[in-house]
Amino acid sequence: MATYSTNEFRSGLKVMLDGDPCVIIENEFVKPGKGQAFNRVKFRNLKTGRVMERTFKSGESIEAADVIDTEMQYLYTDGEHWHFMHPETFEQVAADAAAVGEAAKWLKEQDLCTVTLWNGAPISVVPPNHVVLKVTETEPGVRGDTASGATKPATVETGAVVRVPLFIDEGDLIKVDTRSGEYISRVKE
Amino acid sequence: MTPVPGDHWRPTAIPDRLRLRARLLARVRGFFAARGVLEVETPLLGAAPATAPHLDSFETVDAGGRRLFLQTSPEYAMKRLLAAGSGDIFQVCHAFRAGERGRWHNPEFTLVEWYRVGMGYRALMEEAVALVETVLGDVLELGPFRALSYAEAFAAHAGIDPLAAGAQALARAAVRHGIGTPGLAPDDADGWRDLLMTHVVEPALPRGCVVGLYDYPASQAALARVRPGKPPVAERFELYLNGVELANGYQELTDADALRERFAADNAARRRLGRPALPPDEHLLAAMAAGLPECAGVALGFDRLVMLAAGAASIDEVLAFPVERA
Repeated sequence: MATYSTNEFRSGLKVMLDGDPCVIIENEFVKPGKGQAFNRVKFRNLKTGRVMERTFKSGESIEAADVIDTEMQYLYTDGEHWHFMHPETFEQVAADAAAVGEAAKWLKEQDLCTVTLWNGAPISVVPPNHVVLKVTETEPGVRGDTASGATKPATVETGAVVRVPLFIDEGDLIKVDTRSGEYISRVKE
Repeated sequence: MTPVPGDHWRPTAIPDRLRLRARLLARVRGFFAARGVLEVETPLLGAAPATAPHLDSFETVDAGGRRLFLQTSPEYAMKRLLAAGSGDIFQVCHAFRAGERGRWHNPEFTLVEWYRVGMGYRALMEEAVALVETVLGDVLELGPFRALSYAEAFAAHAGIDPLAAGAQALARAAVRHGIGTPGLAPDDADGWRDLLMTHVVEPALPRGCVVGLYDYPASQAALARVRPGKPPVAERFELYLNGVELANGYQELTDADALRERFAADNAARRRLGRPALPPDEHLLAAMAAGLPECAGVALGFDRLVMLAAGAASIDEVLAFPVERA
């Protein structure tokens, strides 16, 4: 079983903590001049997203987590699972709602997502930073209003609701930033 | 040759910080010149390493196979000068501590260390404060110096008497403050004290002024004299500024037999911690047997002083080249 000693700690390292895979987000070396050294570490739980702090005696080791981020194509959902495929090996995995989380509202078939696998099973999904989605429901567009800056809600094909400019119509394609959930631009077909 | 990242030949300190560093260093030398303290230089490469349980020396081998150690501080050699009658001395030098790396640490760093003959450790603490205030004078506005004992600091901020409490009570206090550390042995009282000190007490110390802590647990005496009493305390002090440990000073132990016992106790502690035992410094033992005058000594981390002056978030900002670029 692979382990990491505190002197190998750095942000981005994937480790096991209390039975869950976690990523180190901050590692501070703390030592009184003549005294015991400690590593004060902030982790993010990769399953829950929760951040916690833990202190280790320097020199301690913890178990490495078999966690890899992999680019996979989103295929479809059967309502219970979201199915992804590795574009080269064609290997498929099924992620449950806990793993997909907030990403579900941005998932469009064929899009390449980052799927985090722990021991081969998906534990989190990050959609592409930018997605192009069709508007399925919004108030009728106000022609020519490209300058007022006013916005209205629009529902897109994946079910997410995005604030869009007034000129957007049902059936339009829009580009959205999935990290902020904000409208970026209209896309010509 | 291993290729290095493209910008790693460059210094991590901007030119302004290097200029600040040079200016503060000149002030340190001016401070001692004004007080008639002699600047000395002693070997960085010595035959004996520090035996302190939590210090790791870099070791090297000279032609002929002689083991040599990069010094973790110039303490041993400076005490030999004192025993030879040097009088008051100071030194600015690099010190080396393996494995110490972080925002406040680089394995190679700069110490200002000085010894005052006939001066008590509390008077030396005041002099160290004067040095910090002189060097930072026009850079930081500092409130009046605050001094409290190690026990007072723990009582005020960790809610425990650190001298009377045993390892279990200290461990419970750590858990109470939300910082249980499974890696510390349940009987490692000083480990638990260090945990509470770094995680609870230091962050709560007053800011904006130099803070002095004094009279440490006898088990943390290192080479300080222990004053008998109930409980006995080590005549040792530390200075803090804005929660950062800046300096560590002692009423120096002058008894060669007691020193030999400390070396043995250090090695016993090292074995318990799974660290190799180390040879005692026979030169220092001989010097103390010949007679070390009553004196007090202190070492101050110069890089941290520059960091505080510059408002730097990392020691890298005040070093030309930290260890990764060395």
